[in-house]
Amino acid sequence: MTTVTIATTTAGARPLADTLTMLRRNLLRAVRYPGLTSFTIAIPVILLLLFVFVFGGAFGAGVMPGVAPGADGRAAYLDYITPAILLFAVVGAAQSVAITAAMDATSGIMARFKTMAISSGSVLGGPVLGTVVQGLVAVAVVLGLAVALGYRPHAGGLGWLALAGLLALVTFALSWLCVAMGLSAPSVETASNTPMILTALPFLGSGFVPVETMPAGVRWFAEYQPLTPIIETTRALLAGTPLNTSTTLQALAWSVLIAALGYAWSRALYRRERR
Amino acid sequence: MTSNLAVDVRGLRKSYGDLTVLDGVDLAVEAGTVTALLGPNGAGKTTAVGVLSTLLKADAGTVRVAGHDVVAQPEAVRASIGVTGQMSAVDDLLTGVENLRLMASLHHLGRHDGRERADALLAQFGLTDAARKPVSTWSGGMRRKLDLAMTLVGAPAVVFLDEPTTGLDPRSRRTLWDEVRALVAAGTTILLTTQYLEEADQLADRVAVLDGGRIVAEGTPAELKSTHDAGSLDDVFLRLTEPTPEPSADPTTKEVAR
Ligand SMILES: Nc1ncnc2c1ncn2[C@@H]1O[C@H](COP(=O)(O)OP(=O)(O)OP(=O)(O)O)[C@@H](O)[C@H]1O
Ligand SMILES: [Mg+2]
Repeated sequence: MTTVTIATTTAGARPLADTLTMLRRNLLRAVRYPGLTSFTIAIPVILLLLFVFVFGGAFGAGVMPGVAPGADGRAAYLDYITPAILLFAVVGAAQSVAITAAMDATSGIMARFKTMAISSGSVLGGPVLGTVVQGLVAVAVVLGLAVALGYRPHAGGLGWLALAGLLALVTFALSWLCVAMGLSAPSVETASNTPMILTALPFLGSGFVPVETMPAGVRWFAEYQPLTPIIETTRALLAGTPLNTSTTLQALAWSVLIAALGYAWSRALYRRERR
Repeated sequence: MTSNLAVDVRGLRKSYGDLTVLDGVDLAVEAGTVTALLGPNGAGKTTAVGVLSTLLKADAGTVRVAGHDVVAQPEAVRASIGVTGQMSAVDDLLTGVENLRLMASLHHLGRHDGRERADALLAQFGLTDAARKPVSTWSGGMRRKLDLAMTLVGAPAVVFLDEPTTGLDPRSRRTLWDEVRALVAAGTTILLTTQYLEEADQLADRVAVLDGGRIVAEGTPAELKSTHDAGSLDDVFLRLTEPTPEPSADPTTKEVAR
């Protein structure tokens, strides 16, 4: 994970130590300003409750043929959407780093960092790693709630480890993309606009309803968009069923690609002159 | 060659679109001295400091800081400088002591030394009492002092201060002057901008006046006063810099007044 963060070694800078310093700063800020973090955790929690208790009774019968609407439907739907809600938590955490990055870029503190012997990977990598921590906390909270509502994962020890690794990687990748989006925003207020697109992704996939039920164009997008293999791999890991090699590789490849693009874009924006 | 120059600027040009801000600036600051860069609002002082501190890219010219070229060796320049910009550059959500310890960590001072350095700077700038409160609750002048303290954590060889005393009360301003003198006595080179010409008179070994994109006068405060037959640097400044055009009467003003 840190290999991407410390890709360039610069004289005077100590990339690993500087990244950890910036991570510490980011976590400290999250504690001082818990509003953003609580918000990113509250959204998937509300979504889970909404989808299970309001839509679940009817939708469950739709996604699981043979299940009766009502309580059985709710249980079936909880089972079906929990993986997608976890991805929603991950996406929400990543989006918040766009605001964090824009706050730094507009406040003058980033200008100070730029005049110091610290690499861009460290200045921006700290918040990214902090977001991975926040994303995993959000995932744990949502998963805990799902279990309290009756969800029963069947992952083994290795499965849990793989799940944490996958979700950390996805948060890491999306966070780099969101850092770039935050840096390209002219103000803090507009920083969350572009990342908003990501909110739609868990819906436009196999997370909430089977893609077979969608019209051709939407279905095509849903089948090939990056979050679909990620959600399916998450689903399989939670269910403890064998992984589909091709789907898993797609999930990993998308994550690495998004991380690389987001990282390169962020670095370019960091050294850009701000207007 | 000119190895004792801490800042060596030749033919520096910088424009924003059609607006040429720096139009061939030459500036030399000898190591261990203080130079004050003066100039009317919008003359390009902040832009010049931006180029010198690797924040902005020059369109033409060569700029060397602490012996390193800002384009070829930006990391070496960054490792040698400390910058207090015109804009506040503190972390509002952290406390004063946390801000300083953050700087200490980024300068790899180590836990013990970092804490000592932070405490010493807090005491030096009279911020010890407020040190454990979030900076967002501090007054403007206190934040300015923290900004300066953060710049000094790494004991930089060359320090750029862009209007460092703006917003400071007279006592704090004098404290800062003493601080600058102490730094210079210890061998630090300082380039500062200021609108308080008394400050330049008090502190600077040399003064450079930037106007119309160029350095229009350069010398010791005494030299400038005698060449321009002026009693104070204020008079020198007024004689050298063109008057800013009066803002044309705003037609809406009358409408509102009516
Ligand atoms: N990012 C930018 N984009 C466009 N124009 C800019 C930008 N930054 C500065 N300028 C212009 O460049 C000129 C010089 O600005 P600068 O801030 O360097 O002046 P200054 O001498 O520091 O002024 P002051 O005494 O008010 O601080 C001004 O006309 C300003 O409008
Ligand atoms: Mg200025």
